[in-house]
Amino acid sequence: MTKVVLPELGEGIEKATVSYWYFKTGDRVKEKDDLVEFTTDKATFNLPSPCAGIISELMFQEGDTVNVGEILAVIEEG
Amino acid sequence: MRFEVFDLGLTDFRKTWEFQKDIFARVKKGLLESGLIICQHYPVITLGRSADRKNILIGEQELRQRGISICEVERGGDVTYHDPAQLTLYPIFNLNYLKKDIHLFLRCLEEVVIGLLEDFGIEGKRYPGLTGVWVGKEKIASIGIAIKSWISFHGLSINVKKDGLDNFCLIRPCGMDIKMTSLETIIAKNIAIDVLKETLICKFRDVFSAEIFTGMSLDPSTRVSSDGDTLSFSAESGSAYGGSGKDVPDKEEVG
Repeated sequence: MTKVVLPELGEGIEKATVSYWYFKTGDRVKEKDDLVEFTTDKATFNLPSPCAGIISELMFQEGDTVNVGEILAVIEEG
Repeated sequence: MRFEVFDLGLTDFRKTWEFQKDIFARVKKGLLESGLIICQHYPVITLGRSADRKNILIGEQELRQRGISICEVERGGDVTYHDPAQLTLYPIFNLNYLKKDIHLFLRCLEEVVIGLLEDFGIEGKRYPGLTGVWVGKEKIASIGIAIKSWISFHGLSINVKKDGLDNFCLIRPCGMDIKMTSLETIIAKNIAIDVLKETLICKFRDVFSAEIFTGMSLDPSTRVSSDGDTLSFSAESGSAYGGSGKDVPDKEEVG
């Protein structure tokens, strides 16, 4: 089981808004697939999946604000 | 970091968007360290991820009659307008060579414009929370980017010619009631857009402590080779990225 967290996006950036999930719970992802898109300031940022597996949980919905370090999703590897 | 310059001249927004993706793919594969596209666009309104269509103030039919197209893109920000009176620059930069910091990258794009304005004796300003460059209370440059695998695309537009400002009244730029200005409006002189290109390219070189890699292609359909002559520009000290630039990204950093 891999917990995907919002990584550091830069100095002074403490949170970002989920703007798009590329997958839904139950979907299979490959490593490095675009998993989720965030927006901060005038930028969008795509976070890739850190592993291959099935998404067992998405912790936030589009439009939600997430703090750096918070768990975004859980992926069952395999 | 080295970047190759692609001067596309006056070009269609969607074709340039595809060209950005092509350069992005080459940067991601490591075939090119980074690229800088410089161009002008035929009239187009673009909507970023945060855009509200209500910020386009006239109907689509009327826009078509005026020869203005609309395009939804994956950059950050709201609605903006491009036309041949602007210079638009798309840095497809691999931030794995620099610093992986979104806000720093945005501030550096602003710095490029502020440096250009300084050359004309104009004070460009930043306002916290209002990304872009302003002269007084009027906006002269708009910024909206996207980052994937820590490689940037989309970028910034600078209003150069004064005759390009009229159509901004068709939108609420960035979703705000703001007034746009241009370089020509401020200095009250004609400016040849081509003259600014080299200056801007050099500002990018300096702000990002980068080198310019030539082999320029004017035609995106030719799919320029990443091989070319390297000009002997050296990075200047005191840049935002000074002392922190990397010659080679760490392997694990390249997604």
